[in-house]
Amino acid sequence: MARNDRGLTALTAVAAAGILLAAAFALILAPRAAGLTPNETFAQRIIYFHVPSAWLSMLAFGVTMVGSIGYLASGQRRWDGLALCSAEIGIAFTLAAMASGSVWAKPAWNAWWTWDPRLTTYTVVLLLYISYFMLRDAMDDPARRARFAAVYGIFAFLSVPITFFSIRWWRTIHPVLFDAKNFGLSHGMRPVFFFSLAAFTLLYVILLLHRLRLERSKEAVEGLREQLGY
Amino acid sequence: MTFWRAVGAIVWKDVRAELRTKDIFSSMFVFALLAVIIFDFAFELRVPSMKMVAPGIVWVAITFAGTLGLNRAFVIEQDKGSMAGLLLAPVDRSAIYFGKLLSSLLFMLLVEVILLPLVMILFNLAILSWQQLVVLLLGTYGFAAVGTVFSAMAVNTRAREVLLPLLLFPVVVPVILAGVKMTGALLDGEPFSTLGNWLRLMLVYDVGFTVVAYLTFGYVVEE
Repeated sequence: MARNDRGLTALTAVAAAGILLAAAFALILAPRAAGLTPNETFAQRIIYFHVPSAWLSMLAFGVTMVGSIGYLASGQRRWDGLALCSAEIGIAFTLAAMASGSVWAKPAWNAWWTWDPRLTTYTVVLLLYISYFMLRDAMDDPARRARFAAVYGIFAFLSVPITFFSIRWWRTIHPVLFDAKNFGLSHGMRPVFFFSLAAFTLLYVILLLHRLRLERSKEAVEGLREQLGY
Repeated sequence: MTFWRAVGAIVWKDVRAELRTKDIFSSMFVFALLAVIIFDFAFELRVPSMKMVAPGIVWVAITFAGTLGLNRAFVIEQDKGSMAGLLLAPVDRSAIYFGKLLSSLLFMLLVEVILLPLVMILFNLAILSWQQLVVLLLGTYGFAAVGTVFSAMAVNTRAREVLLPLLLFPVVVPVILAGVKMTGALLDGEPFSTLGNWLRLMLVYDVGFTVVAYLTFGYVVEE
Protein backbone atom coordinates (compact mmCIF):
# COMPACT_ATOMS: atom_id res chain seq x y z
CA MET A 1 0.00 0.00 0.00
CA ALA A 2 2.74 2.46 1.01
CA ARG A 3 4.73 1.80 -2.16
CA ASN A 4 1.60 2.25 -4.22
CA ASP A 5 0.97 5.55 -2.51
CA ARG A 6 4.46 6.77 -3.25
CA GLY A 7 4.04 5.81 -6.90
CA LEU A 8 0.74 7.64 -7.03
CA THR A 9 2.25 10.76 -5.46
CA ALA A 10 5.08 10.75 -7.98
CA LEU A 11 2.64 10.32 -10.88
CA THR A 12 0.50 13.12 -9.50
CA ALA A 13 3.51 15.43 -9.46
CA VAL A 14 4.31 14.46 -13.07
CA ALA A 15 0.70 15.15 -14.09
CA ALA A 16 0.69 18.53 -12.35
CA ALA A 17 3.96 19.49 -14.04
CA GLY A 18 2.55 18.29 -17.36
CA ILE A 19 -0.55 20.47 -17.05
CA LEU A 20 1.49 23.54 -16.06
CA LEU A 21 3.87 22.97 -18.97
CA ALA A 22 0.95 22.43 -21.34
CA ALA A 23 -0.57 25.72 -20.20
CA ALA A 24 2.74 27.53 -20.64
CA PHE A 25 3.32 26.00 -24.08
CA ALA A 26 -0.22 26.79 -25.18
CA LEU A 27 -0.02 30.42 -24.08
CA ILE A 28 3.58 31.23 -25.03
CA LEU A 29 5.16 28.68 -27.32
CA ALA A 30 2.31 27.95 -29.70
CA PRO A 31 2.36 30.18 -32.79
CA ARG A 32 -0.40 32.67 -33.40
CA ALA A 33 -3.23 31.58 -35.61
CA ALA A 34 -3.15 33.37 -38.95
CA GLY A 35 -5.94 35.42 -40.43
CA LEU A 36 -8.01 36.07 -37.32
CA THR A 37 -8.96 39.22 -35.45
CA PRO A 38 -6.90 39.86 -32.27
CA ASN A 39 -9.68 38.64 -30.01
CA GLU A 40 -10.13 35.48 -32.02
CA THR A 41 -6.39 34.88 -32.01
CA PHE A 42 -6.29 34.88 -28.23
CA ALA A 43 -9.40 32.81 -27.96
CA GLN A 44 -8.01 30.28 -30.45
CA ARG A 45 -5.47 29.15 -27.84
CA ILE A 46 -8.32 27.56 -25.98
CA ILE A 47 -8.09 24.68 -28.42
CA TYR A 48 -5.21 23.26 -26.37
CA PHE A 49 -7.56 22.83 -23.40
CA HIS A 50 -10.93 22.50 -25.05
CA VAL A 51 -10.24 19.58 -27.38
CA PRO A 52 -8.42 17.47 -24.76
CA SER A 53 -11.29 18.06 -22.29
CA ALA A 54 -13.86 17.02 -24.86
CA TRP A 55 -11.87 13.94 -25.85
CA LEU A 56 -11.36 12.92 -22.22
CA SER A 57 -15.01 13.27 -21.34
CA MET A 58 -15.80 10.76 -24.07
CA LEU A 59 -12.95 8.49 -22.97
CA ALA A 60 -14.22 8.71 -19.39
CA PHE A 61 -17.78 7.76 -20.36
CA GLY A 62 -16.38 4.95 -22.49
CA VAL A 63 -14.49 3.66 -19.45
CA THR A 64 -17.79 3.88 -17.54
CA MET A 65 -19.35 1.57 -20.11
CA VAL A 66 -16.40 -0.83 -19.86
CA GLY A 67 -16.78 -0.82 -16.09
CA SER A 68 -20.51 -1.41 -16.46
CA ILE A 69 -20.03 -4.39 -18.75
CA GLY A 70 -17.32 -5.68 -16.42
CA TYR A 71 -19.67 -5.47 -13.47
CA LEU A 72 -22.53 -7.26 -15.20
CA ALA A 73 -20.17 -9.96 -16.44
CA SER A 74 -18.28 -10.55 -13.18
CA GLY A 75 -20.45 -9.13 -10.39
CA GLN A 76 -17.38 -7.68 -8.71
CA ARG A 77 -17.87 -4.33 -7.01
CA ARG A 78 -14.58 -2.83 -8.15
CA TRP A 79 -15.94 -2.69 -11.71
CA ASP A 80 -18.88 -0.65 -10.46
CA GLY A 81 -16.43 1.61 -8.63
CA LEU A 82 -14.52 2.13 -11.87
CA ALA A 83 -17.73 3.02 -13.72
CA LEU A 84 -18.83 5.47 -11.03
CA CYS A 85 -15.45 7.20 -10.65
CA SER A 86 -14.94 7.56 -14.37
CA ALA A 87 -18.43 8.99 -14.88
CA GLU A 88 -17.80 11.65 -12.25
CA ILE A 89 -14.58 12.72 -13.95
CA GLY A 90 -16.37 12.59 -17.29
CA ILE A 91 -18.95 15.10 -16.09
CA ALA A 92 -16.16 17.39 -14.87
CA PHE A 93 -14.43 17.28 -18.26
CA THR A 94 -17.75 17.75 -20.08
CA LEU A 95 -18.37 20.93 -18.12
CA ALA A 96 -14.78 22.05 -18.73
CA ALA A 97 -15.19 21.49 -22.47
CA MET A 98 -18.50 23.34 -22.54
CA ALA A 99 -17.19 26.28 -20.52
CA SER A 100 -13.99 26.65 -22.55
CA GLY A 101 -15.93 26.26 -25.79
CA SER A 102 -18.28 29.01 -24.71
CA VAL A 103 -15.37 31.36 -24.03
CA TRP A 104 -14.07 30.68 -27.52
CA ALA A 105 -17.46 30.92 -29.18
CA LYS A 106 -18.17 34.46 -27.97
CA PRO A 107 -15.42 36.13 -30.06
CA ALA A 108 -15.54 33.53 -32.87
CA TRP A 109 -19.30 33.22 -33.45
CA ASN A 110 -20.41 36.25 -31.45
CA ALA A 111 -22.56 34.03 -29.23
CA TRP A 112 -21.88 32.00 -26.11
CA TRP A 113 -23.99 29.20 -27.38
CA THR A 114 -25.50 27.92 -30.62
CA TRP A 115 -27.58 24.82 -31.29
CA ASP A 116 -24.93 23.32 -33.48
CA PRO A 117 -24.89 19.48 -33.71
CA ARG A 118 -21.85 19.02 -31.52
CA LEU A 119 -23.07 21.38 -28.83
CA THR A 120 -26.52 19.85 -28.86
CA THR A 121 -25.11 16.33 -28.63
CA TYR A 122 -22.95 17.45 -25.75
CA THR A 123 -25.96 18.82 -23.91
CA VAL A 124 -27.72 15.49 -24.32
CA VAL A 125 -24.60 13.68 -23.10
CA LEU A 126 -24.45 15.88 -20.02
CA LEU A 127 -28.13 15.16 -19.32
CA LEU A 128 -27.53 11.42 -19.78
CA TYR A 129 -24.89 11.33 -17.10
CA ILE A 130 -26.79 13.62 -14.76
CA SER A 131 -29.59 11.05 -15.03
CA TYR A 132 -27.01 8.33 -14.39
CA PHE A 133 -26.23 9.91 -11.03
CA MET A 134 -29.90 10.56 -10.26
CA LEU A 135 -30.49 6.84 -10.78
CA ARG A 136 -27.60 5.90 -8.50
CA ASP A 137 -28.78 8.26 -5.80
CA ALA A 138 -32.32 6.88 -5.84
CA MET A 139 -31.30 3.46 -4.48
CA ASP A 140 -29.94 2.30 -1.15
CA ASP A 141 -29.11 -1.33 -1.84
CA PRO A 142 -25.54 -1.32 -3.21
CA ALA A 143 -25.93 -4.46 -5.31
CA ARG A 144 -29.07 -3.20 -7.00
CA ARG A 145 -27.54 0.24 -7.47
CA ALA A 146 -24.52 -1.28 -9.17
CA ARG A 147 -26.67 -3.46 -11.44
CA PHE A 148 -29.05 -0.70 -12.53
CA ALA A 149 -26.28 1.83 -12.98
CA ALA A 150 -24.38 -0.66 -15.11
CA VAL A 151 -27.39 -1.24 -17.37
CA TYR A 152 -27.94 2.50 -17.71
CA GLY A 153 -24.24 3.14 -18.31
CA ILE A 154 -24.37 0.80 -21.31
CA PHE A 155 -27.57 2.29 -22.78
CA ALA A 156 -26.30 5.84 -22.26
CA PHE A 157 -22.97 5.40 -24.00
CA LEU A 158 -24.40 3.43 -26.92
CA SER A 159 -26.98 6.15 -27.56
CA VAL A 160 -24.34 8.87 -27.94
CA PRO A 161 -23.25 8.14 -31.54
CA ILE A 162 -26.86 7.68 -32.70
CA THR A 163 -27.80 10.97 -31.07
CA PHE A 164 -24.86 12.69 -32.75
CA PHE A 165 -25.81 11.49 -36.22
CA SER A 166 -29.48 12.26 -35.75
CA ILE A 167 -28.72 15.80 -34.64
CA ARG A 168 -26.29 16.33 -37.49
CA TRP A 169 -28.88 15.31 -40.08
CA TRP A 170 -31.53 17.26 -38.26
CA ARG A 171 -29.58 20.44 -38.88
CA THR A 172 -28.61 19.81 -42.48
CA ILE A 173 -31.32 22.09 -43.90
CA HIS A 174 -29.51 25.02 -42.30
CA PRO A 175 -26.40 26.43 -43.93
CA VAL A 176 -23.21 25.24 -42.32
CA LEU A 177 -22.04 28.27 -40.39
CA PHE A 178 -18.59 27.01 -39.69
CA ASP A 179 -16.53 23.92 -39.88
CA ALA A 180 -14.05 23.08 -37.17
CA LYS A 181 -11.84 21.37 -39.75
CA ASN A 182 -11.57 24.66 -41.61
CA PHE A 183 -8.60 25.92 -39.70
CA GLY A 184 -6.60 22.79 -39.15
CA LEU A 185 -3.57 23.11 -36.95
CA SER A 186 -0.39 24.55 -38.45
CA HIS A 187 2.93 22.74 -37.99
CA GLY A 188 4.01 24.88 -35.04
CA MET A 189 0.77 24.16 -33.22
CA ARG A 190 0.81 20.40 -33.51
CA PRO A 191 3.51 19.52 -30.94
CA VAL A 192 1.91 21.82 -28.38
CA PHE A 193 -1.50 20.33 -29.08
CA PHE A 194 -0.35 16.76 -28.73
CA PHE A 195 1.66 17.56 -25.62
CA SER A 196 -1.45 19.10 -24.10
CA LEU A 197 -3.52 16.09 -25.11
CA ALA A 198 -1.02 13.75 -23.43
CA ALA A 199 -0.86 15.92 -20.28
CA PHE A 200 -4.65 15.96 -19.99
CA THR A 201 -4.90 12.22 -20.54
CA LEU A 202 -2.37 11.70 -17.75
CA LEU A 203 -4.44 14.05 -15.60
CA TYR A 204 -7.49 11.90 -16.25
CA VAL A 205 -5.65 8.72 -15.29
CA ILE A 206 -4.36 10.34 -12.09
CA LEU A 207 -7.77 11.69 -11.14
CA LEU A 208 -9.25 8.27 -11.76
CA LEU A 209 -6.62 6.56 -9.60
CA HIS A 210 -7.17 9.03 -6.76
CA ARG A 211 -10.92 8.70 -7.03
CA LEU A 212 -10.71 4.89 -7.04
CA ARG A 213 -8.52 5.02 -3.97
CA LEU A 214 -11.12 7.20 -2.26
CA GLU A 215 -13.85 4.74 -3.23
CA ARG A 216 -11.85 1.86 -1.77
CA SER A 217 -11.34 3.76 1.49
CA LYS A 218 -15.05 4.50 1.60
CA GLU A 219 -15.87 0.83 1.24
CA ALA A 220 -13.28 -0.06 3.89
CA VAL A 221 -14.86 2.46 6.28
CA GLU A 222 -18.31 1.02 5.59
CA GLY A 223 -17.01 -2.47 6.29
CA LEU A 224 -15.40 -1.37 9.56
CA ARG A 225 -18.58 0.38 10.59
CA GLU A 226 -20.59 -2.74 10.05
CA GLN A 227 -18.10 -4.76 12.10
CA LEU A 228 -18.33 -2.26 14.94
CA GLY A 229 -22.09 -2.22 14.71
CA TYR A 230 -22.62 1.48 14.03
CA MET B 1 -41.85 -21.80 -29.43
CA THR B 2 -42.60 -21.99 -25.70
CA PHE B 3 -40.75 -18.67 -25.43
CA TRP B 4 -43.21 -16.88 -27.69
CA ARG B 5 -46.14 -18.65 -26.04
CA ALA B 6 -44.94 -17.19 -22.73
CA VAL B 7 -44.60 -13.75 -24.33
CA GLY B 8 -48.12 -14.09 -25.73
CA ALA B 9 -49.46 -15.13 -22.35
CA ILE B 10 -48.01 -12.03 -20.68
CA VAL B 11 -49.40 -9.75 -23.39
CA TRP B 12 -52.80 -11.42 -23.11
CA LYS B 13 -52.73 -11.07 -19.32
CA ASP B 14 -52.03 -7.32 -19.64
CA VAL B 15 -54.70 -6.86 -22.29
CA ARG B 16 -57.29 -8.65 -20.17
CA ALA B 17 -56.40 -6.66 -17.07
CA GLU B 18 -56.62 -3.50 -19.16
CA LEU B 19 -60.00 -4.49 -20.62
CA ARG B 20 -61.37 -4.73 -17.10
CA THR B 21 -60.01 -1.49 -15.67
CA LYS B 22 -59.15 0.60 -18.75
CA ASP B 23 -56.81 2.50 -16.43
CA ILE B 24 -53.76 2.74 -18.62
CA PHE B 25 -55.46 3.43 -21.90
CA SER B 26 -57.85 6.07 -20.60
CA SER B 27 -55.19 7.99 -18.66
CA MET B 28 -52.73 7.85 -21.58
CA PHE B 29 -55.30 8.94 -24.11
CA VAL B 30 -56.74 11.80 -22.05
CA PHE B 31 -53.24 12.95 -21.22
CA ALA B 32 -52.19 12.94 -24.89
CA LEU B 33 -55.30 14.86 -25.85
CA LEU B 34 -54.70 17.42 -23.09
CA ALA B 35 -51.10 17.83 -24.23
CA VAL B 36 -52.26 18.51 -27.80
CA ILE B 37 -54.82 21.06 -26.63
CA ILE B 38 -52.38 22.82 -24.32
CA PHE B 39 -49.88 23.05 -27.16
CA ASP B 40 -52.62 24.53 -29.29
CA PHE B 41 -53.21 27.24 -26.68
CA ALA B 42 -49.49 27.80 -26.37
CA PHE B 43 -48.80 28.16 -30.08
CA GLU B 44 -52.02 29.47 -31.61
CA LEU B 45 -51.67 32.93 -33.15
CA ARG B 46 -47.93 32.92 -32.52
CA VAL B 47 -47.01 30.62 -35.37
CA PRO B 48 -48.10 31.29 -38.96
CA SER B 49 -49.51 27.82 -39.43
CA MET B 50 -50.16 24.88 -37.12
CA LYS B 51 -48.69 22.70 -39.85
CA MET B 52 -45.25 23.94 -38.81
CA VAL B 53 -45.55 22.76 -35.22
CA ALA B 54 -47.95 19.83 -35.55
CA PRO B 55 -45.22 17.14 -35.93
CA GLY B 56 -43.57 18.32 -32.73
CA ILE B 57 -46.89 18.45 -30.91
CA VAL B 58 -47.81 14.93 -31.95
CA TRP B 59 -44.46 13.48 -30.90
CA VAL B 60 -44.27 15.31 -27.60
CA ALA B 61 -47.82 14.18 -26.77
CA ILE B 62 -46.86 10.59 -27.62
CA THR B 63 -43.67 10.81 -25.57
CA PHE B 64 -45.45 12.13 -22.49
CA ALA B 65 -48.40 9.79 -22.73
CA GLY B 66 -46.08 6.88 -23.45
CA THR B 67 -44.06 7.61 -20.32
CA LEU B 68 -47.28 7.48 -18.33
CA GLY B 69 -48.19 4.10 -19.82
CA LEU B 70 -44.71 2.61 -19.38
CA ASN B 71 -44.72 3.56 -15.73
CA ARG B 72 -48.00 1.78 -15.15
CA ALA B 73 -46.69 -1.37 -16.82
CA PHE B 74 -44.45 -2.20 -13.87
CA VAL B 75 -46.14 -0.24 -11.10
CA ILE B 76 -49.21 -2.48 -11.30
CA GLU B 77 -47.04 -5.60 -11.09
CA GLN B 78 -45.15 -4.19 -8.15
CA ASP B 79 -48.18 -2.96 -6.20
CA LYS B 80 -50.12 -6.20 -6.47
CA GLY B 81 -47.04 -8.29 -5.83
CA SER B 82 -47.50 -10.10 -9.13
CA MET B 83 -43.94 -9.33 -10.26
CA ALA B 84 -42.71 -12.13 -8.02
CA GLY B 85 -45.18 -14.46 -9.74
CA LEU B 86 -43.87 -13.48 -13.16
CA LEU B 87 -40.29 -14.02 -12.04
CA LEU B 88 -41.12 -17.46 -10.66
CA ALA B 89 -42.57 -18.58 -13.99
CA PRO B 90 -40.31 -21.18 -15.59
CA VAL B 91 -39.51 -19.08 -18.67
CA ASP B 92 -36.58 -16.99 -19.74
CA ARG B 93 -36.54 -13.53 -18.13
CA SER B 94 -36.48 -11.92 -21.55
CA ALA B 95 -39.97 -13.34 -22.16
CA ILE B 96 -41.17 -10.93 -19.46
CA TYR B 97 -39.36 -8.13 -21.27
CA PHE B 98 -40.92 -8.86 -24.65
CA GLY B 99 -44.34 -9.41 -23.11
CA LYS B 100 -44.27 -6.10 -21.29
CA LEU B 101 -42.78 -4.35 -24.33
CA LEU B 102 -45.49 -5.65 -26.66
CA SER B 103 -48.36 -4.79 -24.33
CA SER B 104 -47.02 -1.25 -23.76
CA LEU B 105 -46.51 -0.89 -27.50
CA LEU B 106 -50.06 -2.07 -28.13
CA PHE B 107 -51.57 0.46 -25.73
CA MET B 108 -49.45 3.29 -27.14
CA LEU B 109 -50.34 2.45 -30.73
CA LEU B 110 -54.01 2.37 -29.81
CA VAL B 111 -53.72 5.86 -28.35
CA GLU B 112 -51.94 7.07 -31.49
CA VAL B 113 -54.51 5.57 -33.85
CA ILE B 114 -57.23 7.57 -32.11
CA LEU B 115 -55.13 10.69 -31.55
CA LEU B 116 -54.11 11.09 -35.19
CA PRO B 117 -57.64 11.59 -36.61
CA LEU B 118 -58.30 14.08 -33.82
CA VAL B 119 -55.19 16.04 -34.77
CA MET B 120 -56.37 15.92 -38.37
CA ILE B 121 -59.73 17.42 -37.36
CA LEU B 122 -58.44 19.94 -34.81
CA PHE B 123 -55.63 21.34 -36.96
CA ASN B 124 -57.14 20.64 -40.37
CA LEU B 125 -54.10 18.65 -41.48
CA ALA B 126 -53.80 15.68 -43.83
CA ILE B 127 -51.82 13.68 -41.29
CA LEU B 128 -53.52 10.31 -41.83
CA SER B 129 -51.62 8.04 -44.17
CA TRP B 130 -50.04 4.61 -44.05
CA GLN B 131 -46.59 6.21 -44.22
CA GLN B 132 -47.29 8.18 -41.06
CA LEU B 133 -48.42 5.00 -39.38
CA VAL B 134 -45.19 3.22 -40.34
CA VAL B 135 -43.17 6.09 -38.89
CA LEU B 136 -45.25 6.09 -35.73
CA LEU B 137 -44.92 2.33 -35.36
CA LEU B 138 -41.13 2.36 -35.71
CA GLY B 139 -40.70 5.35 -33.40
CA THR B 140 -43.06 4.04 -30.77
CA TYR B 141 -41.35 0.67 -30.86
CA GLY B 142 -37.93 2.22 -30.17
CA PHE B 143 -39.40 4.33 -27.39
CA ALA B 144 -41.10 1.35 -25.74
CA ALA B 145 -38.10 -0.97 -26.24
CA VAL B 146 -35.85 1.29 -24.19
CA GLY B 147 -38.63 2.51 -21.90
CA THR B 148 -39.62 -0.98 -20.76
CA VAL B 149 -36.13 -1.62 -19.34
CA PHE B 150 -35.96 1.78 -17.64
CA SER B 151 -39.49 1.43 -16.28
CA ALA B 152 -38.53 -1.87 -14.63
CA MET B 153 -35.58 -0.04 -13.05
CA ALA B 154 -37.50 3.08 -12.02
CA VAL B 155 -40.18 1.23 -10.02
CA ASN B 156 -37.44 -0.33 -7.90
CA THR B 157 -35.98 3.01 -6.84
CA ARG B 158 -36.98 5.38 -4.08
CA ALA B 159 -38.17 7.99 -6.57
CA ARG B 160 -40.34 5.44 -8.41
CA GLU B 161 -42.27 6.85 -11.38
CA VAL B 162 -40.59 10.25 -11.18
CA LEU B 163 -37.33 8.78 -12.38
CA LEU B 164 -38.54 7.23 -15.65
CA PRO B 165 -38.70 10.40 -17.78
CA LEU B 166 -35.30 11.50 -16.49
CA LEU B 167 -33.75 8.21 -17.53
CA LEU B 168 -35.68 7.83 -20.76
CA PHE B 169 -35.75 11.22 -22.47
CA PRO B 170 -32.02 11.73 -23.05
CA VAL B 171 -31.71 8.22 -24.47
CA VAL B 172 -34.69 8.53 -26.86
CA VAL B 173 -33.62 11.86 -28.37
CA PRO B 174 -32.72 10.20 -31.71
CA VAL B 175 -36.12 8.52 -32.01
CA ILE B 176 -38.00 11.74 -31.31
CA LEU B 177 -35.83 13.73 -33.70
CA ALA B 178 -36.26 11.19 -36.47
CA GLY B 179 -39.98 10.94 -35.79
CA VAL B 180 -40.56 14.69 -35.85
CA LYS B 181 -38.46 15.00 -38.97
CA MET B 182 -40.29 12.25 -40.86
CA THR B 183 -43.77 13.27 -39.75
CA GLY B 184 -42.95 16.82 -40.85
CA ALA B 185 -41.56 15.74 -44.21
CA LEU B 186 -44.63 13.60 -44.90
CA LEU B 187 -46.90 16.50 -43.93
CA ASP B 188 -45.04 18.70 -46.40
CA GLY B 189 -45.88 16.16 -49.08
CA GLU B 190 -42.43 14.71 -49.56
CA PRO B 191 -42.41 11.13 -50.87
CA PHE B 192 -41.66 8.27 -48.53
CA SER B 193 -38.54 7.35 -50.50
CA THR B 194 -36.73 10.56 -49.43
CA LEU B 195 -36.79 9.50 -45.78
CA GLY B 196 -34.24 6.72 -46.25
CA ASN B 197 -31.62 8.07 -43.85
CA TRP B 198 -34.06 8.71 -41.05
CA LEU B 199 -35.78 5.37 -41.48
CA ARG B 200 -32.44 3.61 -41.37
CA LEU B 201 -31.46 5.51 -38.25
CA MET B 202 -34.69 4.51 -36.56
CA LEU B 203 -34.26 0.88 -37.60
CA VAL B 204 -30.69 0.82 -36.30
CA TYR B 205 -31.93 2.29 -33.03
CA ASP B 206 -34.83 -0.15 -32.75
CA VAL B 207 -32.81 -3.26 -33.56
CA GLY B 208 -29.71 -2.18 -31.62
CA PHE B 209 -31.49 -1.34 -28.41
CA THR B 210 -33.75 -4.39 -28.60
CA VAL B 211 -30.59 -6.49 -28.54
CA VAL B 212 -29.07 -4.49 -25.66
CA ALA B 213 -32.35 -4.68 -23.73
CA TYR B 214 -32.59 -8.43 -24.38
CA LEU B 215 -29.10 -8.89 -22.99
CA THR B 216 -29.50 -6.66 -19.94
CA PHE B 217 -33.12 -7.10 -18.83
CA GLY B 218 -32.28 -10.17 -16.75
CA TYR B 219 -30.01 -8.05 -14.55
CA VAL B 220 -32.78 -5.51 -14.00
CA VAL B 221 -35.37 -7.92 -12.61
CA GLU B 222 -32.88 -10.11 -10.76
CA GLU B 223 -33.70 -10.29 -7.05
